[in-house]
Order: sequence, then structure tokens, then C-alpha cells
Amino acid sequence: MTIAGQDALLRVEHLTMRFGGLTAIGDLSFTAARNEITAIIGPNGAGKTTVFNCLTGFYKPTEGSVILTHGDGKQFLLERMDDFRISQRAKVARTFQNIRLFAGMSVLENLMVAQHNTLMRASGFTVTGIFNSPAYARANREAIGFSEYWLEKAGLVDRADDPAGELSYGGQRRLEIARAMCTKPVMLCLDEPAAGLNPRESEDLNGLLLNIRQEQQIAILLIEHDMSVVMGISDHIVVLDYGEKISDGSPAEVRNDPAVIRAYLGVEDEEEAEAVVERAVAAVAKKPAGQKMAAKKSPTRKKGVRK
Amino acid sequence: MAAAPKSNDAVIEARSLRIAAIAKDVLFTAILAFVVLGPILGLKTFSISGSLALEQRWGLVAVFAAIAAGGRLAYHLLVWKGPQARPSKAATASALPVMNFGKYIAPALLILAIALPFIPGVDRRIVDLAILILTYIMLGWGLNIVVGLAGLLDLGYVAFYAVGAYAYALLATIYLPAWFGDGIVPWAFFITLPIAGILAALWGVILGFPVLRLRGDYLAIVTLAFGEIVRVVLINWSDFTGGPAGIGAIPRPSFFGLPFIEGEGGFAAYFGLDFKPIHRIIFLYYVILVLALFTNFVTMRLRRLPVGRAWEALREDEIACRSLGINTTSTKLTAFAIGAMFAGFAGSFFATRQGFVSPESFVFLESFIVLAIVVLGGLGSQIGVVVAAIVIIGSFEVFREMNFLKAVMPAGFDPVQYRMLAVGVALVLIMRWKPRGFVTRREPSVALKEKKAIPTDLVAEGHG
Repeated sequence: MTIAGQDALLRVEHLTMRFGGLTAIGDLSFTAARNEITAIIGPNGAGKTTVFNCLTGFYKPTEGSVILTHGDGKQFLLERMDDFRISQRAKVARTFQNIRLFAGMSVLENLMVAQHNTLMRASGFTVTGIFNSPAYARANREAIGFSEYWLEKAGLVDRADDPAGELSYGGQRRLEIARAMCTKPVMLCLDEPAAGLNPRESEDLNGLLLNIRQEQQIAILLIEHDMSVVMGISDHIVVLDYGEKISDGSPAEVRNDPAVIRAYLGVEDEEEAEAVVERAVAAVAKKPAGQKMAAKKSPTRKKGVRK
Repeated sequence: MAAAPKSNDAVIEARSLRIAAIAKDVLFTAILAFVVLGPILGLKTFSISGSLALEQRWGLVAVFAAIAAGGRLAYHLLVWKGPQARPSKAATASALPVMNFGKYIAPALLILAIALPFIPGVDRRIVDLAILILTYIMLGWGLNIVVGLAGLLDLGYVAFYAVGAYAYALLATIYLPAWFGDGIVPWAFFITLPIAGILAALWGVILGFPVLRLRGDYLAIVTLAFGEIVRVVLINWSDFTGGPAGIGAIPRPSFFGLPFIEGEGGFAAYFGLDFKPIHRIIFLYYVILVLALFTNFVTMRLRRLPVGRAWEALREDEIACRSLGINTTSTKLTAFAIGAMFAGFAGSFFATRQGFVSPESFVFLESFIVLAIVVLGGLGSQIGVVVAAIVIIGSFEVFREMNFLKAVMPAGFDPVQYRMLAVGVALVLIMRWKPRGFVTRREPSVALKEKKAIPTDLVAEGHG
């Protein structure tokens, strides 16, 4: 499953992130391949979101390197790039754990903002655009068309002119993914896209992600607690605990890895483990985003520690 | 009014009923006030050579009864919506009028603005007031880019106004004549206008750089300090700026080379008109009208361009902007620069209109008035700025007209002294009932099918 070495789209090597004395990520290495969905899972506080923040430039890693190789062989050292350049040049798009939409702008405007750099060039960096040059008018029409394409994929085309803040929770999640896709990325990083969704919305989301992988030929990196999403659609799973990789492989391999079971549950008996996993997963999936902090204190990990 | 599917006739009927009820209530208030105040205010005893005499002051009672009635009317219009209409919270019912307001009032105001100097009965005083209001509208539109669209709270906007004014004053009185000879002077305004805009934009970028990382309160404090620094430099750098005495004898604008003077070679003689001083005022009026409309046009265009959308996105969520590949540094700097540029144009106009500039004209109060216009109008709303500028600047001037109050109030009462107090109270009251300004709808910059206004409850105010 895992494509080793040069063929990988993303290679993370010895990534370390320290905040003062706290090591959030310690010497993490993994790869993500094109046309695959790579899931990063782990108990709360394992450092998953920190990994994302390092990949997308919101944090500068203390050590290690993050290498992204485009299809044409162009390489980007993401750890050295500014956050907005990572999206602009290296074409890595991301979503956020607590949805970050432009709530006061319409759904369509959200997607138009995502095409900023294309439109900025077409508008001659505003100079010719202010006279509504034909080139800008054409680019603008194309951008609206491209937005419409993604609105259809996300099932939001009827809501295009409504304020983004008025969408349902599931709608906002899908819009955030559509907005990220409007930057035409080669890699899409999704931070808990299924958090707070009901089972039907969660299924829609799976469909959307599988469709993106199949049709857009891009890599998807996924942080997720919802095991039905993770096990259902991932091609490759990386498991973190206390900022370190404890398992890496296909869903089947990870599911049976004793280290994973220990980290999640602190019990080795498999049947008992599965029962607890199901209960824990159901509890996490039900919690809306606002309660994520509270969830950190949940006893899932404590059990493992005590053992 | 509350239920949407009511037929039109029913709505009109309900409205006329309500108007009748209000009229009745206001009349009752007036009568009640008259009756109650009559003995208290209307009759005054005084002694003439030992005996007691009665003075009757029914005019004063009438004034106070009218004030009470006016207050009751304001209460009806602003607070109490009648027993049936008390919309839950979101002012969904008010959405339509506001949209119509923008659609029909804006062209009406434009036609009025173009025709104003030629309306019979409009004298120099009114045109002067219109020039003042238009200057503030232009400043408001310029600041709207920074505060309303990009969400960056700028309390030092007057600094750029000062840069524009001093740029024109210095270039037109000293440098242009020195470089190109005196023949250039009639053209000085048109040559300097773009230079003043560019200089102000440059200062906008200079202010922008240090405040890039600041947000909210911190940004407000630094911009406030910037405005004061510019003013203090103008006072103290006497060799260059003339210090507190300012710069006088600034050339007045010419009609594209034709000065507004009596006799040969003047504007009036060239067009075969009788010389009147008001020609220059009317010309100035059209200059500021064109400048203001240019500001509006550019802002409206920019909103539909990626840079304008990036400003609004920046106001909504800066981190999301960066995750979408938007360079927030350059986005903020362009907002500061373009906002400052329009202040530079307005400052240049101010200098040529006054013929005199001094640091006195660029105090913090000016920044505050412009910001109040933007906030009162509704952040990001162009038509809101117009309404707010007319309300605020107009009400300042109204106090000069209220000489009748001198007749009723004690001796030495000067209504002009109370104008800041009254405007302050009015601002507090308006903000109490319209916390997001007059216009509480945001129009999207692009639509797939039809544009739907976005209630400002959803729109972020920006983090500075």
C-alpha cells in the first residue's frame, strides 16, 4: 500500500515540533502517495493537528523536513515556506477543525476568494481589472463556472447566493472542502471533516472524498476520529500517540496492530478492545466541535496510561 | 407589516391606521403638555413698585409643548412599533425598505447633487455646506475601504488628509512656481492632485508596515498615534511646513486655466457671463462631486475584483485567507494605500478650497467624525456613508440656524456651543437602536442567479 521513497507526493522526514519543553511531535516520518487517502489518527492530543499546521506552514517545525514533489518533478520544501505560499505555489489546501468560512460572504463569494491568485493575475493585479478588461471578464466567468462545478459536487448549488454562515453544519463542512478544492490543490489536508456530522451527512462526505480522489487525482490527508470514515475510505493510515508514530499501514494492518489497540484502549484482549473502540468512537462522533476541548479530558487515554 | 404574505392593500390600510393613531397620540401629548406646563411656565409673577403683576408667556409654553410632541413622535417612529409589529429579533421586515432605499434613493440623491447649484433659492451658504458634506462623504468612502471592507480600525485617517493638503499647499505655493515658473500656478491643482494622492498612498504604506501584525485595540492605538505624530511634525517643522501659522495664499483652482477673476482673461469674461464670486464656489462643488463619485466608482469596482474580495475575506477570517494562498501582507497594505490615496485627494481639495492650511485643521476630532460617519452608515455600505455624512455634518450646521432658541432660552445661550453635545447624544441613541449602522445589509459582490442581501449579523466587524 505505502509507496516508499521517491514516488511519494509528500515525504515527511524526522519532523519534530517542540513548544518550550513540550514535544508535540517527535521524529515523525511518513509518506503520502498520489491518488490515495492517507488518514492520520490517534487519541486526543496526539499531535495530529500540529502535524497539519507544520505541513501547511502555520507552524515552523523545530526539526525535520517536509518535501512535496509535484507530478512534473518540481520539489517544494514546505517547512521553509510561508503559509500562504504553500497554498499558492506548492498547492496544498487545508480545512480547519473549527470551520473557518467567510460567514458574512455568500457561498459563491467564498469559492471566488479561493481563486484569488488566478483572478489576481487575470485582473493585471487590479490595474487592468479596474477597467473590466476582456481578459478579466473572461477569467471571472470561468471562475464562476469552476465554482459552480464544485458547488454541484458539494451539493450546494441551490444555496450559492445564500450567506455561508446560514448553511447547516454539514453544508459548511462541505463548503469548506469545496473552497479548498477551488485553489486547485495537489494535496488536500482535511482536519476532522466528519466531526459533528450525523450518519447521513457523514456518508455524503465519504462519497465526496472518494469522488475527489478518483476524479481529481490528488492526495488527501485526513485527520479523523470517526472510525467509520477512516476505515471506510482510507488507503493508508498513520497512527500517532504522544507525537510519535506507533503504526503505519493499510486499514487492516492498523486495526490489528497491538500497539494501536494499546494506545487507544490500554487493553490487549481484542474482543474487549473492539467493544470499547465502538463506544469511544460513537461518543466522539456525537460530540459537536465546541466540545472538543472537553473531550480531551475523556478517559480513553487515561486507561492506557494506567495500564 | 410583520406577516409577509399580507396583501398590499392590507399593508397600506394598516399603515394609514397606524399613522392616524400616531397623529392622535402626538396631538394628545401636545395638549397635555400645554395644560400641564401652562400654569408653571406660562404665568410668571413679578413685582412692580411693591405690587404683584402677572406676565403671560404662552409662546414659551407652545415651544415646550411642541418639544414634548416631537419627542413623542420620535418615540413612536424609533422605539415603539405599535402593538402588532414587534419583530422577533432579526429585522427581516426592514430588509426590503433598505434594499429599495439603495436602489431608488441613490440615483435620486445623485440627480439632486448634480442639479443642486441651479435649484432656485440655493445660495452660496447651501453650496458651501454641500461642499463640506461632499468632502466628508469622500473621506468616509475612503475610510470605508480600510475600516468597512478590510476591517482594519484606523483612528489616524486625518493624517493622510493632512498629507494631501500640505502636498498641494507646498507644491502650489513654493515648488511648482520655482521649478516651472509662475505660469504653472493656474494648473497647480490638477497637476498636484495625483501627486498628493500618491504621496498619501505612500504614507499609507509607511503606516501599514509597522501595524501589519497588530489587531483590534492595538491597531487603533497605533493609528491614533500616527495621526498625532503627523500633526505634531506639521506644528514643529516650521522651516518646511510653516509651523502653527500654517501656509497661506494657496492658489485657488482655475477653470482649467481660466482663473475666477473679474475682467479680462477670467472665467466670466471668457464665457460672456457677468462676474459673480459664486462661480468659483460652484466650480469647487463640481470638483468635489467628481472626486467623490470617482472614489465611489473605484470602490464599487474594487469590491468586484479579487483584491476587494480579499479585503472582505480578510475582515471575515485572516487565517482562512492565508490557507487559501492570499498574501495578507500585501492585501492589508493595498487597503491602507488606497484608502489613504482618497484622503490625499480630499486633502488637496481642502487646501485649494480654503486657500490656507494649518495643523489646526487636522486634529483627532476630524478622524473621529469620519470614523463616526462610516460606523453610523453601516460598515462597508456606500449609501450609508452618504446618509450618515448628511446627518452628522448637516446637524452641526443646523445648530447655527437655531437662533429662535435664543429667544426662549436664558440670555447668553448660544446653540452653536451645544452642537457637539447634541451630536454626541444623537450618536449614542442611534447606536442604541441601530448598532450596526443605518444600512444593515451587505450586498454580495457576485451572484450565480440573483443577489441576495446578507444581514450584517453574519458579517464580521474585523479584528483590526
